[in-house]
Amino acid sequence: MSKRIDISDLNVYYGDFLAVEGVHMSIEPRSVTALIGPSGCGKSTFLRTLNRMHEVIPGARVTGKAVMDGQDLYAPDIDPVEVRRQVGMVFQRPNPFPTMSIADNVLAGVKLNNRRISKAAADELVERSLTGANLWNEVKDRLEKPGSSLSGGQQQRLCIARAIAVQPQVLLMDEPCSALDPISTLAIEELVHELKNDYTIVIVTHNMQQAARVSDRTGFFNIEGTGKPGRLIEMDDTTTMFSSPAQQATEDYISGRFG
Amino acid sequence: MENHVTATQNAEPKPGRSGASSAADTTSTAGAAALPRTGSSGRLGNRIFAGLSTGSGVLILVILAAVAAFLLYRAWPALTAGADTFAEVDFMSGRGLWAWVAPLVFGTVLSSVLALVVAVPLSIGIALFISHYAPRRLAQLLGYVIDLLAAIPSVIFGLWGIQWLMPLVSPVFTWLSTRLGFIPLFAGYQAPARNIMTAGLVLAVMILPIITATIREVFLQTPRLHEEASLALGATRWEMIRQAVLPFGRSGIISAAMLGLGRALGETMAVLMVLSPGYAINLFLLQPGQHQSIAANIASHLPEAGSTGVDALIASGLILFAVTFGVNLIARWVINRRAEFSGAN
Ligand SMILES: Nc1ncnc2c1ncn2[C@@H]1O[C@H](COP(=O)(O)OP(=O)(O)OP(=O)(O)O)[C@@H](O)[C@H]1O
Ligand SMILES: [Mg+2]
Repeated sequence: MSKRIDISDLNVYYGDFLAVEGVHMSIEPRSVTALIGPSGCGKSTFLRTLNRMHEVIPGARVTGKAVMDGQDLYAPDIDPVEVRRQVGMVFQRPNPFPTMSIADNVLAGVKLNNRRISKAAADELVERSLTGANLWNEVKDRLEKPGSSLSGGQQQRLCIARAIAVQPQVLLMDEPCSALDPISTLAIEELVHELKNDYTIVIVTHNMQQAARVSDRTGFFNIEGTGKPGRLIEMDDTTTMFSSPAQQATEDYISGRFG
Repeated sequence: MENHVTATQNAEPKPGRSGASSAADTTSTAGAAALPRTGSSGRLGNRIFAGLSTGSGVLILVILAAVAAFLLYRAWPALTAGADTFAEVDFMSGRGLWAWVAPLVFGTVLSSVLALVVAVPLSIGIALFISHYAPRRLAQLLGYVIDLLAAIPSVIFGLWGIQWLMPLVSPVFTWLSTRLGFIPLFAGYQAPARNIMTAGLVLAVMILPIITATIREVFLQTPRLHEEASLALGATRWEMIRQAVLPFGRSGIISAAMLGLGRALGETMAVLMVLSPGYAINLFLLQPGQHQSIAANIASHLPEAGSTGVDALIASGLILFAVTFGVNLIARWVINRRAEFSGAN
């Protein structure tokens, strides 16, 4: 239940503006890949191309290839809806549906496409997903309360539960902890560590320690100046990246000399 | 009551807010540099604005109360009078006040409900198209057209109903009546289509713009975050709308419907022109001469009414007021019942 993604020669445009240029990258299954880099270098932009969420933005388009276990994600006969069911996403700001209860939030993805599931199966899935997101014990007595009644950290874990309830192949996380306190952050990091047993995970973060703690491989994006496209400068095992990176720019960024 | 409130408004700042604000006023006029000028003028502006907004809030309440008081005062003789008082009033044809008003209330509510049943789904559709489907140019154009529609006077809608809509729906009504006439709703259609259904349709077109415009605003405010949450789960556009947009806009849709309902309940001209009046309580939607609305009834009888008749008409006006008020209360209640899940928190 976890697939690899190979990206080659990927360019991302917003209208005429080239935001990300020439990315080659392999994302290994059952591992955590961290993406780091200064603000505006195109990490989010790149991440969204992996589940075709960029298509939601008017004018955004890609050239190049992203292949998931042999299947070209951008092939004309591939429905973006199908891609997104296999490649789940957790956003920077927790976004549970405020109009739904906690349980319904977890089931939101499962109930799409008119799929029917029995009450028992639904209950079981809610418990399994919330347990998987380390949230079950905190919310098991108030599953019928609105999702927005939780704390920020709990909401983010609810969003993770919602994403894993549909059993995706890959989980994309765009700065999932940036709105959270250190304790909630730790809870999510532990969760990421457990989830990598089942999923391919790609996580964007501004927190170097976090990248070092949770990821197996790290990719560093950089941008030469405003208006210039972002590029993948270097990608390697996380330990190598943080101890002896090949590029000077990577070392500068990691040691906090700029960005 | 009005005097009392404004008096406290004026008097309050001096003893209440201690010396600070009044000291600022005096020092700035005296030219002392103790406090920066912008601070005191800002504070003054703030106070003027607070006074104005509180004042207008109070004014609305006062006007509402005055209208209610006027209606109640003028309607009182009719409300308390015995049935024989109204024997002389032609248009009541010997009925007591309540027996006379009941079918009018029924006709008013029926025509408005018909209008809502037609207008609300249509408005939701148009608003969704404008907010989530149409290309931007087309969406803007449609928005303008809808707003223009709101500016058309109701007499025009009445004329339009008679000249254009009636001939158009007549064959449809004939078909309904012959094929589905065994259902009482559709029984006994007679041309021309001066029935409650046509009146409801004209009302629907009249309230469509305000409902659509309100709902469109609400839909446009759906947080992008929630739309993206839904899409990222693999929702199609329609599923995203059902999952994120419609639930978020639910209370807005109800408010919009109530705005429209309020207008439909009180609409006079179009109903007066289109509907052939009657005083029955039934659901024969396609038969002429069955129903009448309160507002149209007042307009048609006021010119020839004697003083007792005027009292009765004003009483019916009070009841219309009460119905509209009640409808709004119910709407509030419906909205608040699920406030917890509204997305406002
Ligand atoms: N919707 C959009 N339309 C046009 N340009 C965009 C859009 N979103 C992002 N961009 C541009 O693309 C570039 C990359 O932005 P992106 O959000 O991917 O950066 P990021 O690396 O995620 O930054 P951060 O760390 O601040 O989140 C920026 O120059 C940005 O201005
Ligand atoms: Mg970003």
